[in-house]
Amino acid sequence: MLNRANLSASRWLLLVATISLLVALPVLSIFWLAFFPEENIWPHLVDTVLFHYVSSTLILAGGVGLVTLITGVGSAWLVSMCQFPGRRLFEWGLLLPFAVPAYVIAYVYTDLLEYAGPVQKSLRAWFGWQTARDYWFPEIRSMGGAIAMLSLVLFPYVYMLARAAFIEQCGSIRAASRSLGCTPWQSFLRVSLPMARPAIAVGLSLVLMETLNDFGTVDFFAVRTLSVGIYDTWLSHGNLGGAAQIACSTLIFVVLLITLERMGRARQKHFVQSPNSQRERYILRGWRSGVALLFCGLLLVAGFIIPLLVLGSYAFSNFSSYWSEDFIQIASNSLLLSIAAALVSVLLGLLLAYGKRLQPKRSVRVLVGFSKLGYAMPGAVLAIGVLIPLAAFDNAVDGFLREHFDISIGLLLSGSIFAIIFAYTVRFLAVSTGAIESSLEKVTPSMDRAARSLGRNSWQTLWAVHLPLVRTGLLTGGLVVFVDCMKELPATLLLRPFGFDTLATYVYQFASDEMLERSALGALLIVLVGLIPVILLSRSIGWRRGEERTAVADSEAPALS
Amino acid sequence: MSTRALFQKVLAVAGLLGAVGASAAEQVNIYSYRQPFLIEPILKEFTEKTGIEAKVVYASKGLNERLQREGRNSPADLVLTSNTSSLMDLLNKQLTQPVSSEILEDNIPSQFRDKAGNWFGLTTRARLIYASKDRVKPGEITRYEELVDPKWKGRICTRSGKHPYTLSLIASMIAHHGEAETKEWLQGVKANLARKPQGNDRAQVKAISEGVCDLSLGNSYYFGKMITNKEQPEQVDWAKSVNLVFPNQKDRGTHMFISGAALTKHAPNRENAVKLLEFLSGADAQYSYAEKNFEFPVRPGTARSELIKEYMGEFKEDDLSLTEIGSYVPAASRMVDEVRFDF
Repeated sequence: MLNRANLSASRWLLLVATISLLVALPVLSIFWLAFFPEENIWPHLVDTVLFHYVSSTLILAGGVGLVTLITGVGSAWLVSMCQFPGRRLFEWGLLLPFAVPAYVIAYVYTDLLEYAGPVQKSLRAWFGWQTARDYWFPEIRSMGGAIAMLSLVLFPYVYMLARAAFIEQCGSIRAASRSLGCTPWQSFLRVSLPMARPAIAVGLSLVLMETLNDFGTVDFFAVRTLSVGIYDTWLSHGNLGGAAQIACSTLIFVVLLITLERMGRARQKHFVQSPNSQRERYILRGWRSGVALLFCGLLLVAGFIIPLLVLGSYAFSNFSSYWSEDFIQIASNSLLLSIAAALVSVLLGLLLAYGKRLQPKRSVRVLVGFSKLGYAMPGAVLAIGVLIPLAAFDNAVDGFLREHFDISIGLLLSGSIFAIIFAYTVRFLAVSTGAIESSLEKVTPSMDRAARSLGRNSWQTLWAVHLPLVRTGLLTGGLVVFVDCMKELPATLLLRPFGFDTLATYVYQFASDEMLERSALGALLIVLVGLIPVILLSRSIGWRRGEERTAVADSEAPALS
Repeated sequence: MSTRALFQKVLAVAGLLGAVGASAAEQVNIYSYRQPFLIEPILKEFTEKTGIEAKVVYASKGLNERLQREGRNSPADLVLTSNTSSLMDLLNKQLTQPVSSEILEDNIPSQFRDKAGNWFGLTTRARLIYASKDRVKPGEITRYEELVDPKWKGRICTRSGKHPYTLSLIASMIAHHGEAETKEWLQGVKANLARKPQGNDRAQVKAISEGVCDLSLGNSYYFGKMITNKEQPEQVDWAKSVNLVFPNQKDRGTHMFISGAALTKHAPNRENAVKLLEFLSGADAQYSYAEKNFEFPVRPGTARSELIKEYMGEFKEDDLSLTEIGSYVPAASRMVDEVRFDF
């Protein structure tokens, strides 16, 4: 008995180690590059611009972190715990901004708010101003603008995870806190929020990594963060090794941050006894419901409705000349790649998270943490990291065949869609694993023990006990990865096969030349294609959980198996 | 032999993954830093004329690294670039192979190609000063060196100092004036900026039309792209708000740089790639470049587009060698950091 348990344990360890190392290969390649810089760039950077890069990065990350925390947690609390007009719409509506790529929303708002845009034009006409020197108007291309844009499209991370956490919280604990004399606010601050902290921390760390990685928006707004510095070191100083060093330093900083947060809640453990217990909602009336409506409404309008209208008006103003047969091909490319990567990421994420649960050793924790590093690497740098092992593998196989069979097969994986799916998985595994972990954490170990004592092995327990309980985490993880892949640009650009486009590369091609009109249709499609699963899945996440459960579980089981 | 057949079967399956066979029927594979809308029309002409299909991967960064990693099995035949730096980088990484072709040597003057034939310039562009029609009198600025004059304080816009176009100009200043003097010049330009460097060349002209600044630096072909823009008529207005200044006509001439191409070291479709290079340097393609993109053809005697004739006419070009400019780019890049030009 004991031997069998040991055997199964070592199998899990092996599985986790294999997945982690495969996924970490690209990041390891970047670390390897960092050992061979063309020259030591640090003295030059320290003497000149490093301070500016770092301070811009900290201000941007701090700003986006703060704004997304307030908006994400606030709106999640409102829709999951309160009753106010429009709540049901916001429940899934607040996920929508997430389908808008950050670089697209930046273009849209620049178009609206810049000097030549409709807003300032109207103001000038109204007040009789002549030139830019006659009045003051906030500059959209600025740090503030960048914080606003990134926050608008990234807050759904926090919203999604916080909402899942609030839903999975046990109603009885809150009821108990109220009966002990807590006001609703106190109950929120002292009970619900601390219990949701792991999920919120995951959401926030995703937001921060996305922010650190963003290049399109900051470059467009001339906010020079470390990611700009990384590309600059690589491209204009011609020093890829130096760029890898900066990327790795950023990575270490991120890992430290996450570790600190984990240590902060190391002793926190709480389990949900009955996640589906009835939730009592606070019914908001009068001005309170107005404030709730305004708060959620603003997020939805600014983050989604306005971009949708602007893109829509451009796309349809000249629809016939923009629409082509190729478009269907391009959209299906995006769709297929993203679905494939989402499935792979959810599957691997589940194995990693469950392996960590079965084997809560330090070694496993480190391995799982390792598999998430790809998320904190700038996209184009990670793409180089993907190229290195794939091309090395391809050339090794080809060399072997040439030597022994005198045939050459060329490159098998590099420059194929496999390379892109691999890159997506490496980049976004952190997202799916994080979502699944935070769901699994809430399942009490007594469940596992009960199932195992009834003679089920670890796989059967996973299948029969955990899967139904962490469905929300699986769906959330898969959904986020899917939408992220739809938007992914730098790695796709570099790794794709000949003549292969995705919606994101199509949009970039025109938007980078400030031809928003031409790119609008593609951007609109990213948003619309991203919408379908957002709506479908968000309806099944915690929406009338009790009644929907069986129906949804049946329909989704094949998709996730 | 049967093993071979078996492998071919396996490969057919692998092909479903989207992997590209290194050499297929009549095709040529291109890694392009140049944007699709600039070269697709010309590639189409090539395919119509020769039946050779051109397959392209467009990316803004990292194609050199991709080529390097793919090594001898890389499917790419040609790399198209929009500046000299990427060509130099390919050469330094030893990713190119020399081409000797009489057609190319006849069509492309020696200052626009590598002596050994490792890279070829296909078009040239000029880095101009765009000046406000309303607020800058003709003749008020005639040289790059005059951008530091205190009278332009708060009146100049430019894109990032780190952009290859800016770096190229700074490198040419270093070549002519030495590092110390150029650094002073760059600090002087920075002191005169109306705003932090941002946006692309067109965005600067837009800023002039909006009254944000009076002078900007920009490539010559953007003017053509703006003045003929049917999709965004407002760009026509931007273009109409400026005069083009070709700097340094009375001394060394205006700073020029190239867009170009290089044949990869392991090109699987070498012959087709050379055909494409020859086509791109030929009269038709050279005219198309000028007509469609408002770039200057490298091939002597190519007809220039009406628009170029009307707005740009003949002008004196700085004939500093591209290799020399390329050698100063790293120093230019460090200098931009030193004066914190972009911050």
